[in-house]
Amino acid sequence: MRVIFWGTRGSLPTPLSAKSVREKIVAALVKGAHRGLDTPEKAAAFCERELSFAESATFGGNSSCVQIDTGGPEYLLCDLGSGAREFAVGAVAKHGPAAPQTYHVLVSHVHWDHIMGFPFFVPAFIPGNRIRIYSCHARLEQAIRGQNAAPCFPVEFAALGAKIEFIQLEPGRPYAIGGAIVTGKAQRHGGESFGYRIEKDGKSVVYTTDSEHKMEDVAAIQAFVHFMRGADLVIFDSMYSLADTLSLKEDWGHSSNVIGVELCQMAEAGHLCLFHHEPIFDDARIHKILEETIRLEEITRSGRALRISSAHDGLVIEV
Amino acid sequence: MEASRRQLPNSVILLPDGRIDLSNADRFKDALLEAVATSKTAVILDLSRTLYVSSAGLRSLLIASKAGVARGVTLGVAAMQPIVKEIFTISRFHLVLPCFETVREALARLDPPALASYDAP
Repeated sequence: MRVIFWGTRGSLPTPLSAKSVREKIVAALVKGAHRGLDTPEKAAAFCERELSFAESATFGGNSSCVQIDTGGPEYLLCDLGSGAREFAVGAVAKHGPAAPQTYHVLVSHVHWDHIMGFPFFVPAFIPGNRIRIYSCHARLEQAIRGQNAAPCFPVEFAALGAKIEFIQLEPGRPYAIGGAIVTGKAQRHGGESFGYRIEKDGKSVVYTTDSEHKMEDVAAIQAFVHFMRGADLVIFDSMYSLADTLSLKEDWGHSSNVIGVELCQMAEAGHLCLFHHEPIFDDARIHKILEETIRLEEITRSGRALRISSAHDGLVIEV
Repeated sequence: MEASRRQLPNSVILLPDGRIDLSNADRFKDALLEAVATSKTAVILDLSRTLYVSSAGLRSLLIASKAGVARGVTLGVAAMQPIVKEIFTISRFHLVLPCFETVREALARLDPPALASYDAP
């Protein structure tokens, strides 16, 4: 499987400001001064080798949308945050509007940041396309339809040209969806939220965002570890610090990098990808959290090494 | 995890030994709450013999700290081993609990009159 991240920010889209872009350019120019960077190739190599990701790029600003490429002819997505717009534009450009496609979408829950990309999801406008939207959440259809209606949006749901279907899933039951086997899991989050384990050819990806974990709830933790057991990749809500999730932001329905490492170690997962970044964090802060999480894994490791990465819009992970 | 305690006139110094994780976090929490309940000014957690604190152990600390606030007792953390210090920084616990390099430094800030008893042979 190939996992492609189109939206990685939590709660709401967070574009990089002009001031931030300028600061990155200024810092890079100063660092590259007198280095003979007089061709695009030399400049690109300098960026690659000598600037950190936070200095030369951005983690990005779109809200949750992750593509799981199973190698089959049909598309499979997790969530319809604002990142879904960019995915959709690319998909339509690739095939052209005259070649109907099938899109399968697993929705974690119906909070706005996870469905706000649907009104701008170009394939939904094109007759012949088939869009199957799945969730364990009981109010999925109501929320998606309500978003495409006055006074929130000028294009009514009924005006969309594609064949759009809503399928409610039962947590814990495996389903064949988009070329993979998908199993849902209830998560602790206000208004309900569900994680999905996606399996194909002996490989597994767990998409678990908008989920709070209370380590003192032993039964819930054991169930979650079972859900994550041996996963090759865990895409994990690490929005807050552990201290915040236990104090000021307790019961806000999100988790931390520390809990991500502990759960992945308990589940013997292979790769933890930090996801659903806090909107108030800039690139330098997210990069620092990544470095700290890598260090935490090192100092707490007792068995197999856990790979750590931090999601950014455009990231591709081969599983 | 075992924890020894030293009673000062208005404060308690608690000295846990080993690892604090999911398997003993409740016991650790009980020891902390007992220390808070029997203190008038401060509980100093001496982490010089603690090798590791998991999220469950950190949660116990926060519960005890909140219980202390309700009684006017401050929970301070002192003498962390380098690894534990890193865990505090990564989890941002160093921002929510007062942390000190030594027990003496913690007492000097949180319960200065206790220093005489602490220094007494």
